[in-house]
Amino acid sequence: MAKQYETVIGLEVHVELATKTKIFCGCSTAFGGAPNTHTCPVCTGMPGSLPVLNKKVLEYAVAVGLATNCDITRYCKFDRKNYFYPDNPQNYQISQLYLPICRNGWVEIETKDGKKKVGIHEIHMEEDAGKLVHDDWADRTLVDYNRSGVPLIEIVSEPDMRSAEEVIAYLEKLRMLIQYLGVSDCKLQEGSMRADVNLSVREAGASGYGTRTEMKNLNSFRTISHAVACERERQIDLIESGKKVVQETRRFDDNKGESYPMRSKEDAQDYRYFPDPDLTPVQVDDSLLQEIKDRQPEFREEKMARYAEEFALPAYDIEILTGEKALADLFEAATAICGKPKQVSNWLMGETLRLCREKNMDTSDLRFSPENLAKLIGLTEQKAINGSVAKEVFEVMFEENIDPVSYVEEKGLKTVGDERLLRKVVEEVLAANPQSVSDYKGGKQKALGFLVGQTMKAMKGKADPAMVNRLLKEALD
Amino acid sequence: MANVISDETIEYVSILAKLDLDEEQKEAAKRDMGRMLDYIDQLNELDTEGVEPMSHVFPVQNVFREDVVTNGDDSERLLSNAPEEQDNMFVVPRTFE
Repeated sequence: MAKQYETVIGLEVHVELATKTKIFCGCSTAFGGAPNTHTCPVCTGMPGSLPVLNKKVLEYAVAVGLATNCDITRYCKFDRKNYFYPDNPQNYQISQLYLPICRNGWVEIETKDGKKKVGIHEIHMEEDAGKLVHDDWADRTLVDYNRSGVPLIEIVSEPDMRSAEEVIAYLEKLRMLIQYLGVSDCKLQEGSMRADVNLSVREAGASGYGTRTEMKNLNSFRTISHAVACERERQIDLIESGKKVVQETRRFDDNKGESYPMRSKEDAQDYRYFPDPDLTPVQVDDSLLQEIKDRQPEFREEKMARYAEEFALPAYDIEILTGEKALADLFEAATAICGKPKQVSNWLMGETLRLCREKNMDTSDLRFSPENLAKLIGLTEQKAINGSVAKEVFEVMFEENIDPVSYVEEKGLKTVGDERLLRKVVEEVLAANPQSVSDYKGGKQKALGFLVGQTMKAMKGKADPAMVNRLLKEALD
Repeated sequence: MANVISDETIEYVSILAKLDLDEEQKEAAKRDMGRMLDYIDQLNELDTEGVEPMSHVFPVQNVFREDVVTNGDDSERLLSNAPEEQDNMFVVPRTFE
């Protein structure tokens, strides 16, 4: 019988913190500035410049540590990780090796096999590197230091995961916690969340670990699953054919389903860490810790329980609404204004998510305000507009965050409530469609639908379908 | 000199420091490094039992900045240090990640 293998996976997750400024200087972290316009002597490693820690970075890191059940290191320091690379202008990265800010945590994940705890080994604060732009034409490389010094936390898990499914559940869990904290938007595609996968295989039942490899360049959940499957196979093939797995960093090519060893920084993996003498130690005292604890938000599980109790929403709605922090925020704000939780939920779960999917948009990038959504709901509640007009207005609001009340006014979209006028139109429609009228009278219910449609058309959509229905029936019966 | 630096060590250290040393420089570097370690050995004579390792020369901690943008675009001055620039970026030899 063929041997059974178990996959052992640990993750290093880098999360870019959503601070306004870099970790050690007052340069903006805004994305998309012209190259090198968000730089200064500190983040470009000029001799004599002095880094000073951004307090928000510490607060965010502690907040994530608390949310992941970590011990907070009350006395922590920064260390220099030394290596030469053009994206690293100081020739060292300021990071934390000896006294990282958080240690010994865990998060609970849930897969089809049930619930499980994944251990967090540590979380440390560090700075991001610059961006290299390869000019293939001229065979040279260009460097943009705008990203140099952008704050990161690195969350190092224990090797507790056994499948791609668990890896994804763990990443989803981290993303959810961090989005709820408002500490990062955690977008894999845009690089604000990056995962390196450490993977080894061992014979089922073995207690030691096999030799692991580290895979980088994984920027979607799908790619991560694919890479886990491919690397598992590669390592098993090596072992089965009597070869050894080499401990190395590999880059995964999603298109080919292959990974290959990276040769950069590899000449010597000796980072000669030492305490950074430019930065003072950090003491997290009781009052600061308490302050951060007091600011912790309501997390998903608590929110789910509260929505069920406070808004009496179906479990399905709650699952979806709380699945994205941005959606939950919109829901709460709009409901607070209009007091119609189910209506708000319907708009968010229905049209909002449909348009997000259609436009490949993230809910954190939604543009319409809760005030305007509440106004739109108000208009439908008062029957000032009908359902299909409401959808049209919503689409415009989704794009441009227009005020639905004035928009409906301007475009003359209000439902015509004048029964006499509507009755006149109904009579005209009946006169123009004698065949349908006799069909209906002959027992064909379908003909009524056609007549409703014709009336709505004559009214340019601005009628209450229920009223049209009633008036038609009155005229026919 | 108590500390003798081997050829292997000096070669490894030059790789880490990206230094290309000729034989003469290598010998000089070995001597210098040995002397430095001898000096450090003197410190080892001290009893540091119970003394916290020092990572900063001043007894200060918690020096923070508020999260407020204070720097503008200084790229012109920055790039004036670049041996070569293109599209407001530093040009470096082709570097493959």
